[in-house]
Amino acid sequence: MALLQIAEPGLSAAPHQHRLAVGIDLGTTNSLVATVQSAMSVVLNDEDGRALLPSVVRYLPDGTTYVGYPAQAMQSADPHNTIVSVKRFMGRGVKDIPDAERMPYQFVDAPGMVQLKTVAGVKSPVEVSAEILRVLRERAEHALGGELVGAVITVPAYFDDAQRQATKDAARLAGLNVLRLLNEPTAAAVAYGLDNAAEGVYAVFDLGGGTFDISILKLSKGVFEVLATNGDSALGGDDFDQRVFCWILEQAKLPPLGPHDSRTLLTKAREAKEWLTEHPEANITALLDCGMAVDLTLTSTTFAEITQHLVSKTLQPTRKALRDAGLGPEEVKGVVMVGGSTRMPNIQKAVGDYFGQEPLNNLDPDKVVALGAAIQANVLAGNRGEDDWLLLDVIPLSLGIETMGGLVEKIIPRNSTIPVARAQEFTTYKDGQTAMSMHVVQGERELVAECRSLAKFELRGIPPMVAGAARVRVTFQVDADGLLSVTAREKSTGVETTVAVKPSYGLSDEEITRMLTESREHAKDDMAARMLRENQVEARRLLDAVQAALDEDGSLLDDRERAAIGQLMDALRAVTETGDSPTIKQALEALNRGTESFAARRMDRSVQKALSGHKLSELEVGEG
Amino acid sequence: MAITLTDKAAERVRKFIAQRGKGLGLRLGVRTSGCSGLAYTLEFVDELGDDDTTFDSNGVTVIVDAKSYAMLDGTVLDYAREGLNEGFKFTNPNAKETCGCGESFKV
Repeated sequence: MALLQIAEPGLSAAPHQHRLAVGIDLGTTNSLVATVQSAMSVVLNDEDGRALLPSVVRYLPDGTTYVGYPAQAMQSADPHNTIVSVKRFMGRGVKDIPDAERMPYQFVDAPGMVQLKTVAGVKSPVEVSAEILRVLRERAEHALGGELVGAVITVPAYFDDAQRQATKDAARLAGLNVLRLLNEPTAAAVAYGLDNAAEGVYAVFDLGGGTFDISILKLSKGVFEVLATNGDSALGGDDFDQRVFCWILEQAKLPPLGPHDSRTLLTKAREAKEWLTEHPEANITALLDCGMAVDLTLTSTTFAEITQHLVSKTLQPTRKALRDAGLGPEEVKGVVMVGGSTRMPNIQKAVGDYFGQEPLNNLDPDKVVALGAAIQANVLAGNRGEDDWLLLDVIPLSLGIETMGGLVEKIIPRNSTIPVARAQEFTTYKDGQTAMSMHVVQGERELVAECRSLAKFELRGIPPMVAGAARVRVTFQVDADGLLSVTAREKSTGVETTVAVKPSYGLSDEEITRMLTESREHAKDDMAARMLRENQVEARRLLDAVQAALDEDGSLLDDRERAAIGQLMDALRAVTETGDSPTIKQALEALNRGTESFAARRMDRSVQKALSGHKLSELEVGEG
Repeated sequence: MAITLTDKAAERVRKFIAQRGKGLGLRLGVRTSGCSGLAYTLEFVDELGDDDTTFDSNGVTVIVDAKSYAMLDGTVLDYAREGLNEGFKFTNPNAKETCGCGESFKV
């Protein structure tokens, strides 16, 4: 039994038409995936209940790839093949990486983007990132119980086109449909619901494990604009750990330590820092390999003193960013805290003092970006009510696809805000059908002939199956620029064809108005025409199927039975082309009833066929 | 007969409605489509319709329209976890057969 979630009023998805969408925070140190379930944005955990996935990928000679904690555990043992912080290499050349010599990787300078030599071959940062995204995609599909319509992936506000494109490529490689890339600070602001808040300027203060970013956003008419960004790509929580570590060395008067002792003390330093988030003092005790013991007490006052210079290092870029935006701290309406390191009380205080207000910090700072991305993904996948939409561009006329009988199946309804993506599954009409022709149309009418043709293409290479068994997923995606791409994908083989068109090309306002008026005037006729066509398609399909059955198993019938079926078929054939919906429907049902016992006999025969030549012991009874 | 929520389901629904910030209750419904005829729907409710019936179960207002009620009378709604997946589960005495995935059913 499937498990259901609560939908917004009137927005229940049809069965098998889930609009599952996720938000992904593809971070330098850690990555997360979140989704909106029953109106609540939640981070999805792995099997062990952990939300964070370390952004670490390790390659083995036999091609095995480890992602996350198992890869991180081997970081010091196998540094060349364990890629950490790959985000720093996305869309970058070797020249763009300042400290390349100090890294344990063998870089290969390739046109456009640097590549990394590993035991499993040369890997591009896109491929490495795709491994991380794939794990998150699988986690989400597992947790949500279905294929994702798409994902919103966050990127730093300062990412340029090459870095953004590289992120999109990685997602595609991981089998994810990118609904859009979202700036990390914007995602954090969305998580706090600031997109529904008063217009104005907001600051997003993001102090992670190894990087610091400050962004100044301006919210107007529900859309965020990045006014300025600044930061320090080598400042983060790790520096605070390092500072505490040095303090321990000074206080305990320790000689230079071996690597194992250093690691032990560094871990103790981090634990002490985290403890001080909620306690006035932390005890640091350790017994070292060198025989010395450490037993110290670090008070939060001392901690604040020894890390004071690090805290002020975050305020310099903050001042610069505000200056670039031409604003003073008092003009900022709200400050959002992002990144685990913003839990430190002295950071909270410094930021609060600087902006003269309490920062927003009631959401988990490690998760806030992913949570915001999930909210955006949920909107883009079409799971929220009309009035909740951000005010963005809308699609003037519905976009759809031609189905049997010259009918239009609307995939994206008019007035959907863009960017948007919708998917629907179609199947084959005839036994052994290996190709499907796709006709993309635009308009509100029920018949293809009365809509505007946008593109035609064919999906080939569908494996021969009985009619109705193939599953072809057709995805319509309209990006923020109004560009429509249609992808048809056969699920068992993965064969895929895509076409891109600009639906608004050559369409004037008058034309749109005319098409809308006509659709209203003809609403009744159109529905009747649709019913008729649907019945005709069904009649032809049934006639084909019965004929095929007669050709194959006609010997199961005596002459009288055969003649009776023949008559019913003739009757249906006669009314199909000329008759009205009810007569066709009647003849259809008559033929259906008239062939019931024939169908039953065919079933018996095929069961016998399948069983003959097998011993009883070979047959296992399955549980449906 | 009526429609009831288990303690667990009721607790979840209360939490979700509180999180959403508005809503009269939880609407259970049935609609045509799906691979086996009918499908369940589960929605938040902002306004009542003319033919709606309401129940109180475990502190949650359950809302169902007349047509759906005929097919849902006696249903128990539970909240369950299956592996990583969590969600609501219908136990409907009226359902005669369900499709393999359990998303649709016949009466």
